[in-house]
Formats: sequence, C-alpha cells, structure tokens
Amino acid sequence: MLTEFGKIFAFLIFSIVFVLIALISAKIVAPARPTREKLLTYECGENPLGTPWIKFNFRFYVVALIFLIFDVEIVLLLPWAVTYRQWGLEGFAIGAIFLILLVLGMAYEWRKGDLEWERPLVRPPATPQASVETELHPVMENESPITEISN
Amino acid sequence: MIYDSLIELLKWLSITGPAASAIAAFINSIFPVVFIIPFALFAVYLERKVSAHMQDRLGPMRVGWHGWLQSFADILKLIQKEDVVPAQADRWLFNIAPVLAFVGSYAAFAAIPFTSTYVGSGIDLGIIFIVAISSLVVASLLMAGWASNNKYSLLGAMRSAAQIISYEIPTVVVILTLLCVTGTLSLYQLSENQTGNIFNWMIFGGYSGGWQKFALIPFMLVGMVILFISTLAEVNRTPFDIPEAESELVAGYHTEYTGMKFAMFFLAEYANMFAVSAIVSALFFGGYQSPFGYVGKLLGISWLVPFEQLFWFTMKGMFFVFVQMWLRWTLPRLRVDQLMNMCWKYLIPISIANFLIVAFLMAL
Repeated sequence: MLTEFGKIFAFLIFSIVFVLIALISAKIVAPARPTREKLLTYECGENPLGTPWIKFNFRFYVVALIFLIFDVEIVLLLPWAVTYRQWGLEGFAIGAIFLILLVLGMAYEWRKGDLEWERPLVRPPATPQASVETELHPVMENESPITEISN
Repeated sequence: MIYDSLIELLKWLSITGPAASAIAAFINSIFPVVFIIPFALFAVYLERKVSAHMQDRLGPMRVGWHGWLQSFADILKLIQKEDVVPAQADRWLFNIAPVLAFVGSYAAFAAIPFTSTYVGSGIDLGIIFIVAISSLVVASLLMAGWASNNKYSLLGAMRSAAQIISYEIPTVVVILTLLCVTGTLSLYQLSENQTGNIFNWMIFGGYSGGWQKFALIPFMLVGMVILFISTLAEVNRTPFDIPEAESELVAGYHTEYTGMKFAMFFLAEYANMFAVSAIVSALFFGGYQSPFGYVGKLLGISWLVPFEQLFWFTMKGMFFVFVQMWLRWTLPRLRVDQLMNMCWKYLIPISIANFLIVAFLMAL
C-alpha cells in the first residue's frame, strides 16, 4: 500500500519524465547550428564586458536573514495554530505573547533600518546655469580643473 | 477517490500488490498535466486577447477563428527552435534549472483538490506542503540566473528570490489565520467543509456556526486581499514583475533560454498562476464547491456531481487568473524598494494584526 507521500513521489517522477520527454523531443526536431556569435552571452548586441559572477550586493543577504527569522517563528506557531481551538483564552495569551515578542523584534529591525532597501545615492542633476563641461564631466568637479587637463 | 478506483480496476485486471500501487500512483499523477496543458494554452491566448482589448487592439486574429489556434502555432514554433547554451554558461545548472522549475510548480498540484473525487495526494499537511515545495521554484530561478552567466539573468534571479521569500511570510501568516479558524491544513478537508451554500465559504466567515461567523467577515476579507497580493508577488506577475521587467532586464532569469527550455519556464509560470488562484479559491472561496446546490444531486445522478465540481473549480481558478491579467494591464510596475516596503512595512504588520484579532475572536 502506498502512503500519501508515495503519491507525491509519483508526482515528482512524472514531472521529471514529462520535462525530459519534452526536451528530448525538441532536441530531435530542432536544428543545432552553433556559431561563435550565437553562443556569446547576450548583452544587447555588445560584446560582453567582465563577468557577472561577482560579489553580490549585501542587501539580499539581509532580506534572506530576516526571512529566516520569521520563517522559524512561523514554524513554531504552526502546531499552536492547529490545536488552537482546544485552548481558549489561555492559548491565545501564550500565542499573543510570542507574537508580540516577534513584533518587537521586527520594530527593532525597522528602527535600525534593516527593512530599508538601500538605494545608491543619486547626485542632484547639474543646475541649468552650469557650464557644458561640468555636465559632461560631473565626477571631475573635485579634482583639478578640466581646462588644465585639456591643456 | 480516483486512486482507489484505479486500484479496483487493476485488481479486476488481476494486477495486485506493489505493482498495482505504483501503476495507480503514476496514472494518478498524470491527471493534473491533462488539466494544466490545455489551461496554459488557453491562458496564453487569453492573456494576449485581454491585453489587446484593454489597449483597444484586437490581438491575434490570423490563426484560426479570432486567432484561437495561435497558442498551438506557438508550441510548434517553440519545438522547432534551436536550443542555444551560451559558451560561458554553467552547462549542468543551466540544463537542470527548467526541470526543477516545472517539478516545483507541478508537485504543488499534488495537494490541490480538483473535485471531491480527485486530489493527487491526501496528505494532512496540504497547504504547508504547497508552500514548501514551491520553494523549489526559487532554487531553480537562482540556478537559471547564476548559470546563464549573464548580468540581466543574475540581477533578475536575485531580485526574484528576494521577492518570493519576502512575500512568503504574509502568505503563511494568512494561512495561520485560517488555521486558527478551521484547524485543518488539508485543502481537501477545507473544501469539503465549505459545502452547502455560498455563505459557508471562508470569505463569509466559514462553516462554523455562532456569532464568530459574522464577526470574522471583515478580517477574512483583509486576509483574502493580503493573500492575493502576496501570491501575485510570488508568481512574479505585474505589478510585482521586477524580476523580469522587460524594459530594464530584457527577460530576467530566462534571458539566455531558448526553445523548449524557455517553454518549460513559461509552462511552469502559467501552472503557478493557476496553482495560486486555486489556492486562493480553496482557502476562501470554497474550492471546488458550487455556490449553490448541485444539479446532479437534484436529479439524483451521482456521477454528474464531480464534473460540476470540476467546472466550478475551473471557473473560480480562471476568474482569479483573469484578475491577475486585469491587474497586469491596469497597474504600473513597482520599484524594488517600493516592493520591499510594501511587503515588510505594510503587508506583514497588517497580516500579523489581522491574525491576532482573528485569534482573539476565536478564543472568546
């Protein structure tokens, strides 16, 4: 006799088989004429510059960490919620205290600014009065005057 | 249950024991795909027609009457497309990602009840299983983005992963809210209990009697809206489609995919769209239950009832898919920081407050 999880296993097997059949049938029908240009990484028609495999922005890890905290607390709440109807007000008090602690933690994260999505600082655009040279070279403002370089 | 009837049928064909179980389970797992593929074909067509009519265009008109064969033409085209694997890509992960995407979204259908006679697997965990197995999709997106070795893909995948895991929290909090009221995680049990008439649906306070039923209605409404918004974000639909924002990231994580592998991502996306719609309808709108009685029961034809249930299930699912399309052509795309604010600063606090209120009402 198959358990209910066995049926899910059948689902997993079937979906893998389904995708493999689709991919193999496409492999038989579809042409395969690779050229060097075709196999280049797509970058809007330019030759790709540098590698995307870099150290990625830290804010994604912060989001993942906060998610992990919440997920663990939700897992702790699950069995409480399943049996909730048996406990009455006492059960509510226990769950509510736990949730309020969770909310306090979240308020702390909020206050510390961990929930903010860090944005790069945007420089205000040059004023209309500014000369053409500074608009073209806004980063060079603090360095030596442009006229000297061009001379 | 269809599984048991299959076992009976196999016994009649004198196949018993483990072989019968395995064959029945395998046939049992085929039914959702029979439903998903026509659905995906129809939904692609519907999406193009809906978007066209909302923009005062006609949409596909050439292939068949009002373009209804367009999806089949697309499938034929996708099968014949060359499968390009970029030279710089990580071949293994690049090839595994579409398989995993489809497996994750298909396995979710195992716990969704289609009719009172068919649910892939009657596990008690139900909805939690769906939330868990859907996380495979996140892994596949990250794989696809990383393996493509493409800047757009990687950015899209990272955004997508951050978005999906963030929006999982309001989803699960709303599920906890419902759990307090119903005490069951199984979508099949939940749908079975919401029988009778429209006022037994969870959106109208559920099937339990008493004054709580009426007090719950506004909070159920809030929960439903939060669940719908966060499931919308989990399937990367507009206004939450920054992972594949075509005007900035080309196509996000599937930029480098062509042909059948792209089609698998596409199929997984549409399967997910229907899966979340089915979950919203099973949790709040009675699942496969009819809003009024069944014609089959009225006439005393018992085999008609499952077909009616399948009809209602499809109709409710299609309605929410239509709402998703409607929103896509109505709302502009959110910015990344707005998206994260929306989740962490609005949806999560509101859903937790909602949860506490509902829990308090149920404790009284």
